[in-house]
Amino acid sequence: MLRLSTAWIRRNLVVIAGLLTLAYLILPNIIVMVFSFNKPAGRFNYSWREFSTHAWQDPCGVSGICDSLSLSLWIALWATIGATVLGSMIAFALVRYRFRARGAINSLIFLPMAMPEVVMAASLLTLFLNLGAELGPTTILIAHTMFCLSFVVVAVKARVMSMDPRLEEAAKDLYAGPVQTFLRVTLPIAAPGIAAGAMLAFALSFDDFIITNFNSGNTVTFPMFVWGSAQRGTPVQINVIGTAMFALAVIVVVAGQIISGRRRKTAQSA
Amino acid sequence: MTVTEAPPASPAPAGTGPVPRKQPVRRKLVPYWLLLPGILWLLVFFALPLVYQASTSVQTGSLEEGFEVTWHFQTYWDALSEYYPQFLRSVLYAGTATILCLLLGYPLAYLIAFKAGRWRNLLLVLVIAPFFTSFLIRTLAWKTILADGGPVVDVLNTIGFLDVTGWLGMTEGNRVLATPLAVVTGLTYNFLPFMILPLYTSLERIDPRLHEAAGDLYAKPSTVFRKVTFPLSMPGVVSGTLLTFIPASGDYVNAELLGSTDTRMVGNVIQSQFLRVLDYPTAAALSFILMAVVLIMVTVYIRRAGTEDLV
Repeated sequence: MLRLSTAWIRRNLVVIAGLLTLAYLILPNIIVMVFSFNKPAGRFNYSWREFSTHAWQDPCGVSGICDSLSLSLWIALWATIGATVLGSMIAFALVRYRFRARGAINSLIFLPMAMPEVVMAASLLTLFLNLGAELGPTTILIAHTMFCLSFVVVAVKARVMSMDPRLEEAAKDLYAGPVQTFLRVTLPIAAPGIAAGAMLAFALSFDDFIITNFNSGNTVTFPMFVWGSAQRGTPVQINVIGTAMFALAVIVVVAGQIISGRRRKTAQSA
Repeated sequence: MTVTEAPPASPAPAGTGPVPRKQPVRRKLVPYWLLLPGILWLLVFFALPLVYQASTSVQTGSLEEGFEVTWHFQTYWDALSEYYPQFLRSVLYAGTATILCLLLGYPLAYLIAFKAGRWRNLLLVLVIAPFFTSFLIRTLAWKTILADGGPVVDVLNTIGFLDVTGWLGMTEGNRVLATPLAVVTGLTYNFLPFMILPLYTSLERIDPRLHEAAGDLYAKPSTVFRKVTFPLSMPGVVSGTLLTFIPASGDYVNAELLGSTDTRMVGNVIQSQFLRVLDYPTAAALSFILMAVVLIMVTVYIRRAGTEDLV
């Protein structure tokens, strides 16, 4: 019997190890979810007391929490728009055209990703200090647009590279102007790459802490609020918002999977 | 689509229409116009700040009297001799976390790429899903998980795990929180997806028929892995280890939330020098040393691993 089970374990070693890693990845999310229903006794929500839904009934019940949340969403939105527009333009130029300084530009885009975030954060702070710029939402927005840019370039580049340039030539042969070709042929094909880059930029900006920590002044984004609360006392509402974001994202992803699965099925049966 | 129609007669000024003669000259400038805004942004807010930081690192003075460039390179030496323990710790913790990420991440990436079948998409979603909860909230959750006298610590204690880590100097007594083990656990956890995703991408590209062929040639499963799978997954291993090691070496969140004053990493020093002590020259010098250390290590590593196409 023991022999059999060791043999079974040996055969499924990869599956067991993989699922254990997955458990390690998901465990904190489960803890966050469970503790969103806690009724803590003191300031810190670290040990379980009793079940309560009071935080769920009033997620904005702690002063500043929802202000910080909406500020983070606002910054992430504009940083995403900025980084996506600037990054997509760079990606198109890099893939579609041959010009001098391509190598230099490639490394300028690669470097922000190959550097510890704290180095970028600190150097940007020295720039703002030297220029006498007031730290606040604007400096955060500038910083976020900067570090999201590279990620957008990589995501869009991958998609544009796999595009067949003959489709655009065909459009031109059919008398489409450059604007028309771009809007009706190039852009729709590149859209998934641009969307992926934009989503990545949004997620990176929304969750960024290190660069924001250095360049925010007294402005409090959501990650800054969580950081501050780690010292002052963590309200249960933080777990509520964390759980809600997690649930929302999973629902969106699963719904997307189902829709694209259905489409594939109808496409096959058609 | 009505592509057979002639281009709409828009009130565009002469010269912007498709005039074949002018196309070559205009086309030459197009890439530069596309690049200009983004590259300018990177030059002003990424490259220029590094120049300012370089100048700050050789300044002397104080916040009250103002700082002045005096080419005081001594700051670098002073910073290094005072904070070398934090530097060593950063490299050590980030390196350990990277190795742990590789050991933990490889089986999961392998599972998703070759064994998951119709569960593949679900597993991928589960790898990415934790990202949607702010990483600070998730790091704080580790405080609950690793709490003194909690079930996790009790189990680790019972199975003798804490004796081993205690012998390695990673823990002290029967607590985990505020020890190096807690910091490394947090770092490993935080950067694990950055290891799994590149590994998965490179494993997924491997043709499964190569495995069958190796099996047909009487290779044992372990030999197939050693001679076929692992070498072919090297691009994923290289980019995964870089994506883990680089951010982990500069991180200060895990050391701050899960560690103690004895587990401070160089990121913590830079953060407090810049934002609390306001000793800008020392902070800038430390930041540059970190950048240099990381860039040198990465360059040597890429040379040895022999992969250049990372982007």
